[in-house]
Amino acid sequence: MRTLTPEQRCNLEEHAYHIRRLSVEMITFGRWGHIGGSFSAAELLAVLYFDQLRLKPEEPHWEGRDRFVMSKAHASPALYAALALRGFFPVEEVYTYCELGGRLEGHTDMTRTPGLEASGGPLGQGLSICVGMALGFALKENSHNRVVCMLGDGECNEGQVWEAAMSAAHYRLDNLIAIVDYNKVMAKGFVRDLMAVEPLGAKWAAFGWDVMEIDGHDISEIADALHQARYVLPRGKPICIIAHTVKGRGVAECEFNYKWHTHAPEPTTADRFLRELARNYGFPEKGYSRLEEDLEKETFYGGGVMIMSDDGTTPP
Amino acid sequence: MQLGEIAGLKPAKPMRDVFGDALLELATNNPRVVVLDGDLGNSTKAEHVRHAFPERFFNIGIAESNLTGIGAGLAACGFIPFIVSFSSFLLCNAYDQIRLSIAMSNVNAKVVGSHGGITLGKDGPTQMGIEDLALVGGMPTFVMLAPSDPASMHAAVNAAAAHVGPVFLRSSRIAMPHIYPVDACPFEIGRANVVREGDDVTIIGCGMMVAAGLDAAALLATEGIEARVLDFHTLRPMDVDAIAAAARDTGAIVCAEEHLLQGGMGSNIARVVAQTHPVPMRFVGLDDVYVESADPWDLLRKYHLTAEDIAAAARAAVKAKKAGRA
Repeated sequence: MRTLTPEQRCNLEEHAYHIRRLSVEMITFGRWGHIGGSFSAAELLAVLYFDQLRLKPEEPHWEGRDRFVMSKAHASPALYAALALRGFFPVEEVYTYCELGGRLEGHTDMTRTPGLEASGGPLGQGLSICVGMALGFALKENSHNRVVCMLGDGECNEGQVWEAAMSAAHYRLDNLIAIVDYNKVMAKGFVRDLMAVEPLGAKWAAFGWDVMEIDGHDISEIADALHQARYVLPRGKPICIIAHTVKGRGVAECEFNYKWHTHAPEPTTADRFLRELARNYGFPEKGYSRLEEDLEKETFYGGGVMIMSDDGTTPP
Repeated sequence: MQLGEIAGLKPAKPMRDVFGDALLELATNNPRVVVLDGDLGNSTKAEHVRHAFPERFFNIGIAESNLTGIGAGLAACGFIPFIVSFSSFLLCNAYDQIRLSIAMSNVNAKVVGSHGGITLGKDGPTQMGIEDLALVGGMPTFVMLAPSDPASMHAAVNAAAAHVGPVFLRSSRIAMPHIYPVDACPFEIGRANVVREGDDVTIIGCGMMVAAGLDAAALLATEGIEARVLDFHTLRPMDVDAIAAAARDTGAIVCAEEHLLQGGMGSNIARVVAQTHPVPMRFVGLDDVYVESADPWDLLRKYHLTAEDIAAAARAAVKAKKAGRA
């Protein structure tokens, strides 16, 4: 059992708040990105990067580190925010997101960004890579590294996820933890309407995994689940944490709203979102830090006109 | 008629057996080498390693996408994974995984495509890798090797392991005769080997087409045409200097490959020739066609991949050179 002190909880909640803030700032300034799937993963990333993962940001290739792979790599803004806040690169660098010559790609690129353990984009691939890492650690003597993979719920449509799940159980990889960010919404609507994944927990269990279901926005539940996955549960089975979350959690307009899957807000909208975030999470109200600069920024986007689809969003 | 017989080359055992031996030798010498098999270890002969080092051999089952990803993960932990299956299954089934998890991530993983080309024969066109070189060609970080005889297979396996980064290695079901002395194959990634000297035309081949090219050169010699033969064992990075030298020195080039002409070795060589020293070129390979189940030699004859076909292409190239045509 991992019981957080009120102070630790507060601290992690503040990190989650800043992960959301920075996600909005970089998506707005970069004119591209996925808000919904970044918001749903904010608490999960906060607990991983500030409580559970063993890392040395000053020594990113430290042998003893845990490996975290964001298989749902479109949530790169939230991941970059967590990496920056944890000290892998300067927080200011988030404003180079998707910029020519920058180190923060639209989807994750391990060859460019410090702290990334794998590249992602095409969905379904991260868990296989993690199975390979977990197998590698199992081959080494006295390794205590844990491998953690975050998947999307829509990503569980991909066949490769289940190939990987089958093989992880076959090799009894109890050093491997999969977290499903079950935010219920994919790019064009609700998962249950587009390609139902239920019964999701039963599927993972049937593939030979120990399964936990938690509230993926509850800091204490997340910390306890990850603690159990590391110290209590390992018994010859890989561990799946199904984290029930809300796509777009934090800003009312974005919650469970597929239109905010891929969509960069206008600078003034971002300002409104950030003020709402501050109010919702009990922090002093603060708007978009680059509002003036951004409003004056010249953007070339398909000849100067943003191309919108009929539902008002910009398709990827 | 055996491959290499006209040129007097000494027969050897099937390339897949040579590959299995070479992989075992490598695994014996390097404890970081691990082998990932897609339940075809008995066909690819990767299972030679399973017998000796079961703890470093993983049969991932019939799941090429997962096979590839697991290899990438093992590479991330400092191992040198050899991901081995049929060329067609790896490249066609797991292309996106090879592209993202290995090529774009630039990880130190080796992909071995066995049963490249059409000479797996009776298994049929669904199992044949006739587009593998074109597909690997679409992934910029990959080194691409297609050895031509037992010594070059051993050298290629060692070179693949020594190179830090993604490598594709083509293996084959059939036997390719000895071109090099058993322990003396000069093999440097990106440097083609001249295996026969000649001034009238250059035959550039990879894999089995090097021996076929030497057979063709022997046929041509009886007619007074002296052909240079290049073993183009590295398809990327290409030996641009060797191609330009062949064009300058011999004035006519024939490219021969057990692969589709579309997107294969020859088309890449033609790009270099066009930009360095344009000369008449002819191409031997599969021309926009899926073949059928049959004995390998019947297939090679029907689809014009024999020494006689290379010789005919060389005569045409020499004729064009003399006439000042393309």
